[in-house]
Amino acid sequence: MTLDLTQFHGVFFEESFEALDSMEAALLKLDLGAPDAELINTVFRVAHSIKGGSATFGFTEIASFTHSLETLLDELRGARMQVTQEISNQLLKSVDVMREMLRAVQAKQPLDVQRVADVQFEIELIIARKPQTPPADAAFAPAVPKAAVPRWHISLKPFPQFFAHGNDPLRMFEELGKLGTLEVKADLSALPAFADLDPQSCHLAWTLELSGTSDEASIRQVFDWAEGDCAVEIRGENIPAPTPAAAAAPQPAPAPIATPAPAPAEPAVSAALTQSEAQAVSGVNEAGSIRVAVEKIDELMNTVGELVITQSMLTELGRTLEETLPETLQLGLAELERNVRELQESVMRVRMLPISFVFSRFPRMVRDLAQRLGKQVELLITGETTELDKTVLEKIGDPLVHLVRNSIDHGLEKPEVRRAAGKPASGSLRLHACHRGGNIAVEVSDDGAGLNAERIVAKARARNLIGPQDTLTPEQTYDLIFAPGFSTAEQTTDVSGRGVGLDVVKRNVKELGGSIELSSEPGRGARFVITLPLTLAIVDGQSVAVGRESYIVPLISIIESLQLRQGSLSRVAGRGEVFAFRGDYVPVIRLHEVFGVPSAREGADGIIVVVEGDGRRAGLLVDDLLGQQQVVIKSLDMNFGRVDGVSGATILGDGSVALILDLPGIIRRANARANA
Amino acid sequence: MSEAAHELKPGVEQFLTFALGGEEYGVNILRVQGIQGWDRCTAIPNTPPYVLGVINLRGAIVPIVDLRRRFGLPAAEFGPTTVVIVVKVARQRQERTLGLVVDAVSEVCNVQPEDCKPPPDFGASVETGFVQGLVTVNERMVILLDIDKLVSEGLLGALPGA
Repeated sequence: MTLDLTQFHGVFFEESFEALDSMEAALLKLDLGAPDAELINTVFRVAHSIKGGSATFGFTEIASFTHSLETLLDELRGARMQVTQEISNQLLKSVDVMREMLRAVQAKQPLDVQRVADVQFEIELIIARKPQTPPADAAFAPAVPKAAVPRWHISLKPFPQFFAHGNDPLRMFEELGKLGTLEVKADLSALPAFADLDPQSCHLAWTLELSGTSDEASIRQVFDWAEGDCAVEIRGENIPAPTPAAAAAPQPAPAPIATPAPAPAEPAVSAALTQSEAQAVSGVNEAGSIRVAVEKIDELMNTVGELVITQSMLTELGRTLEETLPETLQLGLAELERNVRELQESVMRVRMLPISFVFSRFPRMVRDLAQRLGKQVELLITGETTELDKTVLEKIGDPLVHLVRNSIDHGLEKPEVRRAAGKPASGSLRLHACHRGGNIAVEVSDDGAGLNAERIVAKARARNLIGPQDTLTPEQTYDLIFAPGFSTAEQTTDVSGRGVGLDVVKRNVKELGGSIELSSEPGRGARFVITLPLTLAIVDGQSVAVGRESYIVPLISIIESLQLRQGSLSRVAGRGEVFAFRGDYVPVIRLHEVFGVPSAREGADGIIVVVEGDGRRAGLLVDDLLGQQQVVIKSLDMNFGRVDGVSGATILGDGSVALILDLPGIIRRANARANA
Repeated sequence: MSEAAHELKPGVEQFLTFALGGEEYGVNILRVQGIQGWDRCTAIPNTPPYVLGVINLRGAIVPIVDLRRRFGLPAAEFGPTTVVIVVKVARQRQERTLGLVVDAVSEVCNVQPEDCKPPPDFGASVETGFVQGLVTVNERMVILLDIDKLVSEGLLGALPGA
């Protein structure tokens, strides 16, 4: 078969990496004492399908490694071995090795053969050391009736694309052969005349008779890799199987035939392996989902963005021509506006993913780190279903990793220290995500020692970050740890202490248009809260006019807009202007002064837009309010650079560019001017 | 223009030349994305005066730089021949698009590498870092610009956050 298999590599890698993630998650959930059979099965399935796939594609190293792993897993699945800490560690290590191998193969780089061989050897060693006497709960194994040998009738009807997806029936039969005595009969009835034969399609079907001590789940596993590419029917004989009618609901497989394994909860379906069944097996999240390249979605987003611009151009045109326009056209324009908006929202939702995509890497990381540092850490994850835009999601991973590492390394104490302080030996680390207004808040908190203000100040003095005489508020002190090159770890470990860290976190978060807050109580723990916008692509904006320019103020930061009345402004100390708002005095920022553009009104009258940014309020003095509209944010950074007071730009209905204001930046800037 | 039609010899580079305050400049034609008429652009606050603002170029936000002001030439009224040359520049391994306002575009000329003379050393009084070389075309001197350097050595280098 000379079919080019490389075209399927991408899918194989993607699926394998995903499968490894689920394998890792299952391993972390595995209790040492009483392992959950379903979890072990999940792990086994992953190893098995990676083995099958890599054998098909000729990645022999991976196939050989996964084979050893599979053998060990099979022992565990059959409860012939107990899951010990050592095995659990070994399995996690194997996940890493498989990941490394897949990455190396994907990048067409040489494998670290030595490491692979070492880990594989360790696995084989564990298998070899397996206790010869079976564990107590396997004692009932001999009770299995031996008289009637179970027979399985398997019918395999490949679909035409069977070969094209890299399936090899020979390999499957070899696998089945390992499960018992196998008889294979090929059905040649569908074979076309030689002239019409398409060598890349599969015209054959097979009926197989397998007799041996095997269960349906393990037979099904042989066909795992070919899911959706063939119809498989499995019928048992001499097996007290449940009726096919019970197939709809997952239920334990028939009572153990020969292996005393905890019954795997495979649905005992004797119908064809359909797509939906495949999903029922592999997890709940995938219900009716398809895999789409990110570029395609981005392209869609861009096109929809352009469509929105065209639509608002038409709407604008319709408004100016209102009298002369026939009513039907008006209605059509209104309809168009509604549809375009809905389309835009739908496309936006496509990009939204639950934050669990990021959170899921932490259980493993926390476990490894805690083990290495000799600490006990309990990780609590809540709000992992909170959805946010993919671009934001991709960028918060690293900051969160930094914060989690920081908490474990600096925050949480060693068990003996904790006990001495009257706290439980195991520290708790909490990851929490929730929606807060138009933002998402991600929280990393621990119940460790908290921040040591004295040590921070001492360190800052030593590094000349602050003068020897400076006295700081707690907030200012905590702020110091975000300074570049700052670390109070006594020793530089490979975990943290090299001073690369929190400043990067802060910068990353700021780049995303978010903010980070830190609160701490000595002896009780520390809490970092990252606030991020839900999406970076769209903002609801209010257009304001200043002189000839118009700017967009994000609607979310506007509290109120009001007409400036004569005498409502007063000065404080002859400099800063304030005005009374809801019983408060709010500083006034004249936008034309900050931006250095001529104002049409010379500040005598105008509109005060009361805004909030970074927790501070200010009154933005502008000439006029224009319309409200949803705008697509375009980056200024891409071709230009960051501009103080401007968070981005957008294209208006007439094709011109308007700047989007960055209110925290403007407020800071105005304050700096007032203090100057 | 006549030479442009000929098959190019290896090593020969083509430059788009343009007029700027009585001087003649050239940029490598492979960097030119397009030429368009001057239109009003949106000013960006607190940027150097030679940054005129940004425009919408097929959905992308592209900054516009007045090369006259950048080179310290006397400002001129924008007239009917005033055009924006849209170029791609590489900066810190990142590609950026940029519009340069010039008095008028002239022609495309072929430059042999050996004809390209290094700029004379003016000491510190004249910035020459972004000059790739000088060539004579039709008995006129053309200053060939290295636009990547132009960007990294001060054009956008002076901009905030850059």
